[in-house]
Amino acid sequence: MPKVTIDGIEIEVPEGTTILNAARMIGGKIVPPAMCYYSKLKQTGGFCRTCLVKVAAGSAKDPRPMPKLMVSCSTTVQDGMVVQNLTSPEVMEARKGVVEFLLINHPLDCPICDQAGECKLQDLGYEHGLDKSRYEFKRRTFEMVDIGDKIKLHMTRCILCYRCVRVADQLTNQRVHGVMNRGDVAEISTYIQNVMDKDFSGNVIDVCPVGALTDKTARFRNRIWYDKPMDAHRNCTKCNGKVILWLKGEEVIKVTARFDKNNEVESFICNECRFDHKKKEDWIIEKPTHVDRHSVIAQNHYENEKQLKMGHTHFEQLNPATPPKFDKNV
Amino acid sequence: MQALTTRSKVAVDKKMTLKERLYLPAIIGGMAITLKHFFMKKVTIQYPEQTREFAPVYRGQHVLKRDDNGAERCTACGLCAVACPAEAITMTAAERKKGEENLYREEKYASVYEINMLRCIFCGLCEEACPKEAIFLTDRKVDSEYQRGIFVYGKDKLVEKMDERVDVSKRQTKEVIEFKKHPEYAHNQLNKSLK
Repeated sequence: MPKVTIDGIEIEVPEGTTILNAARMIGGKIVPPAMCYYSKLKQTGGFCRTCLVKVAAGSAKDPRPMPKLMVSCSTTVQDGMVVQNLTSPEVMEARKGVVEFLLINHPLDCPICDQAGECKLQDLGYEHGLDKSRYEFKRRTFEMVDIGDKIKLHMTRCILCYRCVRVADQLTNQRVHGVMNRGDVAEISTYIQNVMDKDFSGNVIDVCPVGALTDKTARFRNRIWYDKPMDAHRNCTKCNGKVILWLKGEEVIKVTARFDKNNEVESFICNECRFDHKKKEDWIIEKPTHVDRHSVIAQNHYENEKQLKMGHTHFEQLNPATPPKFDKNV
Repeated sequence: MQALTTRSKVAVDKKMTLKERLYLPAIIGGMAITLKHFFMKKVTIQYPEQTREFAPVYRGQHVLKRDDNGAERCTACGLCAVACPAEAITMTAAERKKGEENLYREEKYASVYEINMLRCIFCGLCEEACPKEAIFLTDRKVDSEYQRGIFVYGKDKLVEKMDERVDVSKRQTKEVIEFKKHPEYAHNQLNKSLK
């Protein structure tokens, strides 16, 4: 089994693992961000270039560094490989450039976009982006498209990661949408506004890293940080029925699949679960979804009783049961 | 434990002197101070007849601005509500229909926008959070009412009227106006002359 060192942390991984997956096995901050690679789908990765890393030593046999920054999602590890991600200023600089390129045609209409708050491009831009765009020309714009009555396509926001195309290819039995044209004018499109109503087509919403594909049934209903996400399940014949319900009081705003720590879905859910069961009674609610405390969604989100009382316990820590003795000289 | 202040004095139970026990000198001293205030400049003003001058950046009743064409700027992004420390702001978003382009500037707008003026502490964080230059605090005061319910101001009271626009140009610093000259932020320009 090859041994690889990423940012000074050594790990032993199975043969044929990519650098990105090896980093994900270590976890934490050293994992390079990925906008297009999706471990649950085949043939993804290599489009967005956000996961660039520096390979400081190729392998134990040939310890020369690789001449250029490598795409970690499609470079396999070799024994004795030394990888730098956060520790390399070169990588940070390159990532800054990549984010700038991704944002060139992105409209930055976050105040309107339903994805704001759970958008990966927003996080990436916040972490690596410039404060101001240097791009002076007109951004490319498209008309909004309804893909069926449940999904809305904002092509203007798309970063062409191809994830949705792979979902349609690999999960549904017939693909009706894909990428048209090339280069600067490439766009996600259906064949003459064909309806996407195959069983698992709704998963394109979950895999989309930006707000290009959004749920029409939840369109503009509520901003995500006012929703209360809850883990819930129901008996479904098509999928395993494990979902997150995004609640606003008793209302179900939207239903999505559950996400793991890499922000990929744990299992794809069917369209029936996603779109047709918008009543709280249809679901068995388990517990509040775990939300990272740095996320905006964690606003007013309490995961257990202890957290609700946290203000109180904090007070107790400051003021222990035995009151401090009054000191006359103070 | 470290002292919180250096000004604290230890209370000592000492005997009073003769002068202190007489009380009269202390009373005369107090009266002298009172008398002195008769001849000093009055700080009170006779309110309804006289009014104080307000600073241009006084934070009073909010206004939801319209743009130069009269379309509402607010896009119901919810950032003011999330910034509000008093949780005074609530809103419901709606999608703009075809033909309403002159009413709302963006594809999404606030169909309901409410500020509870009893909760509001007039801190101005909503103004600071707004990415669309839609909400401003003005130098107007919130009217007093007899019923609490009236203090929940809806869009009818908050959105500026077309015939009586509210001038907020003095509330913005030179730096902000300079920043808005950038073509990226053209939609936030105060008036067309800046273009």
